[in-house]
Amino acid sequence: MIRFLFKGLIRDRSRSFFPILTVTAGVMLTVVFHAWLGGVLSDIVRTSATFTTGHVKVMSRSYAEEQAQVPNDLALLGVGQLMSDLEEAFPDMIWTSRITFGGLLDIPDSTGETRSQGPVMGMGISLLDASKGDVDRMGIREAVTAGSIPAHPGEILISDELAGKLKVEPGEQATFIGSTMYGSITFYNFVIAGTVHFGIMAMDRGAIIADIEDVRTALNMEDGAGEILGYFKSGVYDDKAARAVVNRFQDIYGSAGGDFDPVMATLREQEGLEQYLAMAENMSGVLVTMFIVAMSLVLWNAGLIGGLRRYGEIGVRLAIGESKSHVYRTMMLESLLIGLIGSCIGIGIGLAISFYLQTHGINFGAFTRGSSMMISNYIYARVLPETYYIGLIPGLFSTLLGAGLAGIGIYKRQTAQLFKELEV
Amino acid sequence: MADSRIITIDGLVKKFPMGGGWFTALSDISLEFGTGEFAGFVGPSGSGKTTVLNIIGSLDSPSEGEVIVMDKSIGELSHGEAAKLRNRHLGFIFQTYNLLPVYTVYENVEFPLLLLNMSPRARKKAVLEALEWVGLTDKIKSRPAQLSGGQCQRVAIARAMVKKPVLVLADEPTANLDADNSHHILETMETLNRELKTTFIFATHDHKVIRYLKRKISLEDGRVVKDEIVKAKRKVKE
Ligand SMILES: Nc1ncnc2c1ncn2[C@@H]1O[C@H](COP(=O)(O)OP(=O)(O)OP(=O)(O)O)[C@@H](O)[C@H]1O
Ligand SMILES: [Mg+2]
Repeated sequence: MIRFLFKGLIRDRSRSFFPILTVTAGVMLTVVFHAWLGGVLSDIVRTSATFTTGHVKVMSRSYAEEQAQVPNDLALLGVGQLMSDLEEAFPDMIWTSRITFGGLLDIPDSTGETRSQGPVMGMGISLLDASKGDVDRMGIREAVTAGSIPAHPGEILISDELAGKLKVEPGEQATFIGSTMYGSITFYNFVIAGTVHFGIMAMDRGAIIADIEDVRTALNMEDGAGEILGYFKSGVYDDKAARAVVNRFQDIYGSAGGDFDPVMATLREQEGLEQYLAMAENMSGVLVTMFIVAMSLVLWNAGLIGGLRRYGEIGVRLAIGESKSHVYRTMMLESLLIGLIGSCIGIGIGLAISFYLQTHGINFGAFTRGSSMMISNYIYARVLPETYYIGLIPGLFSTLLGAGLAGIGIYKRQTAQLFKELEV
Repeated sequence: MADSRIITIDGLVKKFPMGGGWFTALSDISLEFGTGEFAGFVGPSGSGKTTVLNIIGSLDSPSEGEVIVMDKSIGELSHGEAAKLRNRHLGFIFQTYNLLPVYTVYENVEFPLLLLNMSPRARKKAVLEALEWVGLTDKIKSRPAQLSGGQCQRVAIARAMVKKPVLVLADEPTANLDADNSHHILETMETLNRELKTTFIFATHDHKVIRYLKRKISLEDGRVVKDEIVKAKRKVKE
C-alpha cells in the first residue's frame, strides 16, 4: 500500500513537486536564518566581550550606574590589590584592567602649533604586559595596518580612519588633551607607533589605544581603573559560569555597599545585551513559527486544491472499500513523505549556504556605520548543532498541519457527496 | 432465477434537506433482489435511480425504512463497517470511469486487492484474470489517458470484478460510450453474470442497456411504478 502511494506521489508531479518546493524553500530559509542569527549573536557576544564588556566586568557601583558617560572620576582605586584578590579567588579566569577615556588628540607641526586636531575615544589596555592577553584577544597584531605595535611606554595606536583624518603617520607625535580623574586639564605626549583597522565600526571611527600605565599617568589615576574585565580561559562566554562567578563575587564582597565599592556584572547584564540577546533568541522562535503558519497555509491551500482535484480519487477509493480514516491516514503519510523529502533537500541547501556564509561572510559595514554597537562589519553565519535539525520543525509540522486541514474536507462530506463532486 | 436473497429494501424513504424543508427523492420503496440477478432501475432524469443505488452501495443511508444488503442493515452501519461491506462484497462502475490517472491499468485493477491484504501472487493472478475477462491483457502497462473510453470502462469493470464481488452496482455505465462499445461492455457483464453468478444492478435510461436487462424496475418521482421480468432481446444490431 505504501509503495502504491509512493508511486502515485512520484508520478503525479503536481502532488509532489510544488509542495516539496514550498517545503524546501521554507526549510532552507529557516536553516540559513538560524545559522545567520547564530553568527550575528556570537559575533556580538565575542566583540562585546573583547572590546567592552569582558565575560564579567568589575566596576565601582557609581561608575557602573553612569557607565555611558565614562565617568573616570568614579573609577575604582586600589586596583592592584583588587586584581590580586580576584586572581586568587578566581584562578581560572584572566583579569585585566582597563581605562576608557575621551578627549582631543592634537597633532603639532614642526613649530609646535596645532596642525590638526580631533575628538577621540581612548582605551587604556595592557599593551605592554602580554600576560593579560589583551593584544591577542583583540587581534591587535592582525589589525595593524601601518607602523608597528607599541613596544615602549608612551607609544600608542590610532585607528586608520583617524590617522587619515588627522593626516598623521606612524612615528609622529600626538598630544592628548583631556581631563584627569580629579577634573583638571591634562596634556600628555604620545608617539604614534602604528595604525589599526579592526573591521568594527565602533572601534575604527576615532579610537586610540594606549598602554594602561600611560593612561594612569596621563589621567592621574594612580592604582586606578575604570573597569576590570574577567575572561574565561577557554575564551568562550558561558552565561551560567559567568553568573556563578558573579554570585561568588557577591558572596565575597557583599552585594550592598558604598558608591565606590566594586560590583560585578556578566556580559549579558551589560549594555542592554540581555534584552538584545533574548530578543534575538526569540526571533528564531518567532521566525520558525511564522514559517510554520505561512507554509501550512500554502500547503493547506495546495492540499485543498489537490484535495478537490483528488475528491474523484478519494471517492473511488471510498467506493472500493477504503475507510475514511484510512484515506485520511494515507494523506497524512503522503504529506509526511513530502515534508521529509522537502526538509532534507531544504536542510541540505540551507546548510550549504550557511557553510558558505560561515567562511565568506557579508560586509554589513554600511549598516553599522554611525552605530556604537560592538559588531564586526563582516558578519559570518555560524552553523550550530541545532541548525542541522531546526528546519525539520517547520518542514514536518507545516506539511502535516496543511494536510490535516485539507483532509478535514473528507470527513466533513457525505461519502455520496464526494461522488456527486466527482461525477460532475 | 434468484437463488437466495442478497438485498431486501423495505419502506425506503430518502429525503434531502432543501431550502428550509426537505425534498423527498425516494418514497416508500420495497424491493428484493436475489443472487445472480441482472436488473436495472430505469426512469427519467431525477427519478431517484442514483440515489437508490448509492444507498444499496452504502455510500448513503436511508432516511426511513430499512435496506439490508448481505445481512447488514445499511442505516445502522458505521463508516468503517460500510467500508468493510463495500470492500468485501461490492463493486462499483461509474458513468465517468473514475480510474486513477497516475496508475497503470494493472495498478488500477490491483488497487481493491491491496485493501484486502492479498498475497502478491494471488493478486497478480486475480488481476490478470480480470483483465482477461474484459479483453485488456495487452494494455497492462498503459495509463488511462492512453485508452479509449470503451477501454477505460472495461478497466473499470475489471476493477469492480477483480475481487469477485457478490454485487456490482453500475450507474449509467454506457453514458459516455458509443453503441459498439456499449454492447461490448454489456456482453462482458452479461457473461460475468452468467459465469460467476455476480448480481448486477444498473441505473440507466439508455435503451442499449435496458435491452439487456432481465428485470426492469421503473422509477418515477422516487416511486417504483413498474417492476417487471423481461426476456432480454439480444444481439440487436443498431
Ligand atoms: N445530495 C442531494 N441533495 C439534494 N437533493 C438531491 C441530492 N441528491 C439527489 N437529489 C435529488 O434527488 C432526486 C433524484 O436524484 P438522482 O440523482 O437519484 O436522480 P437520477 O434518477 O439518478 O437522475 P439522472 O438520470 O439524471 O442521473 C433529484 O431530484 C435530485 O435533485
Ligand atoms: Mg443518476
